[in-house]
Amino acid sequence: MKVLMTEYLRIDLDAENWECRVCDHVIGSARGNYKEGLLVYNRDPADIHPHVIDPEKYRFTFCPDKDWVNILEFYCPDCGTQVEVEYAMPGHEPLYDMEVDVDALKEQWSHREELTEASVGPNVKTERHQHNH
Amino acid sequence: MNNKVNAEAVLEDQELIAKFLKETTLFLGPDPEIMQSHDIMPITDHEVECLEKYTDSHQMASIRDRMQSACDESYEMLEQMGAAPGAKWGDVITGIYSASGDLTIGSAGGVLVFSVLVHHPIKFIIKNWINEPTVGVRQGDGFIHNDSRYGNIHNTDQSMIMPIFHEGKLVCWVASTVHEGENGAIEPGGMPSMAESPFDEGLKMSPFRVVENYEIKKDILTFLQNSVREPKLQYEDMKVKLYACMRLEKRINEILSTDGPGAITACLRSTNDNVMTEVRRRITEWPDMTVRTYGTMDGTLRENALIKVNCTLTKKGNRLIFDFTGSSPEISNRAINTALPGAKGMVSQVFLNHIWPDMPRGQACFAPIEFITPPCSVVNASVDAPNSQSLMAIFLSFAVAQQAVAKFLYSVPVKYTRVIAPWYNMISTFIWGGVSQHGEMLGNLCADLNGMGGGARMDMDGEHSLAPIFAAMADIGEQEMNEEDVPFLQLVSKKMTRNTQAPGKYRGGMGYTQIVATKDSDMWGFMTTCVGSKAPSIQGLFGGYACGTYPLCKVEDVDVYDVMLKEPEKFKHSIEETMNEQPYEDAKYTTHHMGLGFSISNRGELYMISQGSGGGYGDPLERDPFLVIKDIEENLITPDWARKLYHVAFDDETLIIDEKATDKLRADYREQRKRQGLPYAEFVKKHVKSEPPKDIPFYGSWNSDMSVVYAGSNDDKRDPQNPGPIYFAHPKDVENVKLEAELESVRKEAGIPPRDNRK
Repeated sequence: MKVLMTEYLRIDLDAENWECRVCDHVIGSARGNYKEGLLVYNRDPADIHPHVIDPEKYRFTFCPDKDWVNILEFYCPDCGTQVEVEYAMPGHEPLYDMEVDVDALKEQWSHREELTEASVGPNVKTERHQHNH
Repeated sequence: MNNKVNAEAVLEDQELIAKFLKETTLFLGPDPEIMQSHDIMPITDHEVECLEKYTDSHQMASIRDRMQSACDESYEMLEQMGAAPGAKWGDVITGIYSASGDLTIGSAGGVLVFSVLVHHPIKFIIKNWINEPTVGVRQGDGFIHNDSRYGNIHNTDQSMIMPIFHEGKLVCWVASTVHEGENGAIEPGGMPSMAESPFDEGLKMSPFRVVENYEIKKDILTFLQNSVREPKLQYEDMKVKLYACMRLEKRINEILSTDGPGAITACLRSTNDNVMTEVRRRITEWPDMTVRTYGTMDGTLRENALIKVNCTLTKKGNRLIFDFTGSSPEISNRAINTALPGAKGMVSQVFLNHIWPDMPRGQACFAPIEFITPPCSVVNASVDAPNSQSLMAIFLSFAVAQQAVAKFLYSVPVKYTRVIAPWYNMISTFIWGGVSQHGEMLGNLCADLNGMGGGARMDMDGEHSLAPIFAAMADIGEQEMNEEDVPFLQLVSKKMTRNTQAPGKYRGGMGYTQIVATKDSDMWGFMTTCVGSKAPSIQGLFGGYACGTYPLCKVEDVDVYDVMLKEPEKFKHSIEETMNEQPYEDAKYTTHHMGLGFSISNRGELYMISQGSGGGYGDPLERDPFLVIKDIEENLITPDWARKLYHVAFDDETLIIDEKATDKLRADYREQRKRQGLPYAEFVKKHVKSEPPKDIPFYGSWNSDMSVVYAGSNDDKRDPQNPGPIYFAHPKDVENVKLEAELESVRKEAGIPPRDNRK
């Protein structure tokens, strides 16, 4: 059985591995940090958050200061999907953000049906009243 | 025999000492026993009796619905009659509390965090005033409160608390709360960034009686009016809050007449008990896991500094534990600290507003969730630390909690809301004060604080400027109405700030530009109170990006009203055009962090800010190209930026998408990612440092080491359990020292002797 853990990650309970949901690549042990099986890129904030006002003229420009924050992008090494993004202090280690109790997960899902698509919750869109006359 | 006599004598001595201490208490400060707990109170014998007697679930549901209606009705009264700008746009709430003080039902609209945190002052009243001969609690009493060291968020919010009796016996409590704004602090508007101690923060009211027999006591009212800049507002809204409480009392009396007091007690207790049972069941459905995250405040509202709010969220079985160990120590003379209830109350909003909005809006929804915070930290500050800008610490607490919770929710089969990226979390608005065009002294703020951009959801974009994180249903108000009372205009408003979205497969909802200029007063000024001008204040989710950063932009030495009369074509409707084109000759164009201390503005000078974007969700390469084009058509993003970020091919003129070329662009870019990304171990070796950056004042734990916290420099490491005081110098003193050093150096170079060599 496989459990969908995030938009791009699932855990194969039998093999106890993290997998990429886009390309099925095995990322690493589910008992470890999935990030260790990904590629990391230190993105210049200006690529994502442009200087709305001229950085030659102004100190604060709508673009984060790269001396104060790094944007770490984590990619699947097989398909290049951007699995996670972390805004990190420069020099700070990436977070071990999801440390899963795999045994408990196995026990929990032994009572559940496997899901191939994540549930999204109740419908929040209502049909608008139509004036068709 | 002797032993027995001695034991009795010792017991008598102990009783005498206890009695002596009780009778000679010099000061009733904030009570840690009350303030540290967010649990509902232990069940009383009377509650047990009522639960045994009243077992009809239909009757309980009926009473609960009637109380909910009463809360909603009294909320409407507050919103319609309240004089504070905050009241007009829904920054109010009403609630019903058990006889022991637990919030059971809050109004459906309004700022739930207020209500969730009024149980502390009620419990203070129960503990200290009911049996106090000089105070007492009687029918028709009203108690006022605003000191966040005794409960609630910050002292700009005032509550009225009223006990409800039946035949002389206390049945329950009701309360109404309004963000009043002005409170007599060192700066106008109620949220002073300049406060360096609690004594700079204006009125700080521990709970005391201001209403007897349903009448406001004139002597106390007069004192309160003399303590603030808006005496009329103080009176009017005390009346409004009192009448909201009286309406709640009227509705509860109706229930008393049909069902009796025991049924009400049973309903209040069973509602809280049942909600707690359901919360534990829902938590059990989450995966057992530990999720780690952190957020940073990039300033104190006086100066830039990196202040960490660290969060480790662990779920095991039916337990959910928020651990904020590793967060920054409190800053002794900056107002961004929060008392512990503020942090808890804000995290509870994640659940009540965003995760389980179907639950009754009460304290029980958060009561089973555990909380660990280091003492004397920014999220659990001491009573000596200023906290009038506690929003900074509590909003960061909300952001890290929201991101952490989302990582638990994705796999859960039954959800009650969408998995959502973090909401934008700063009150990007203008706080204002001075003398109005009508000659009145005012101090308050614009409703735009409620226009925070919503986070992207797992299947759709976030909503633009939808609602504040602390209230699911609140309004951003009618600026034109506001302008009848205040001497400035919002020359640009409700226009999205282009190219500031948080990208993703689904993008965050964006924020809008606000450009204001004073017009009809010689004594008027503004302040702004946000962090996030150097580093974003939120994160994205599952491959989506956070928002960018948001500055304050100013144009001085211009009267834009004169320009609009003589050369109207010069006026620009965006920050981008105004700052880049600099259309007004001889004007001074500057940018600043968003912690503008109160400053007087001259007629026609421009103050420009933007509300922020909620976080993005998912890989931007998966964004539907049609949604990218839609954002271009709506002028939310420019075509060149859309191409760069989303890798979509389209025609410049027609905006028609070339799907095949788009597929190729995206496939090529995935290959580029594989080339530019480093294997994790290699990245860590190359980038990770054992200490924070030397040239940035940093506060909090570094990497995964929680044994020390940094206090501004790598040489200043503190014990997280006993960090000691941290004082910042006045920013102007810091600047003076720099300027004096420069001057000395220049004089030396030029051979000019110092002005005065004496020490």
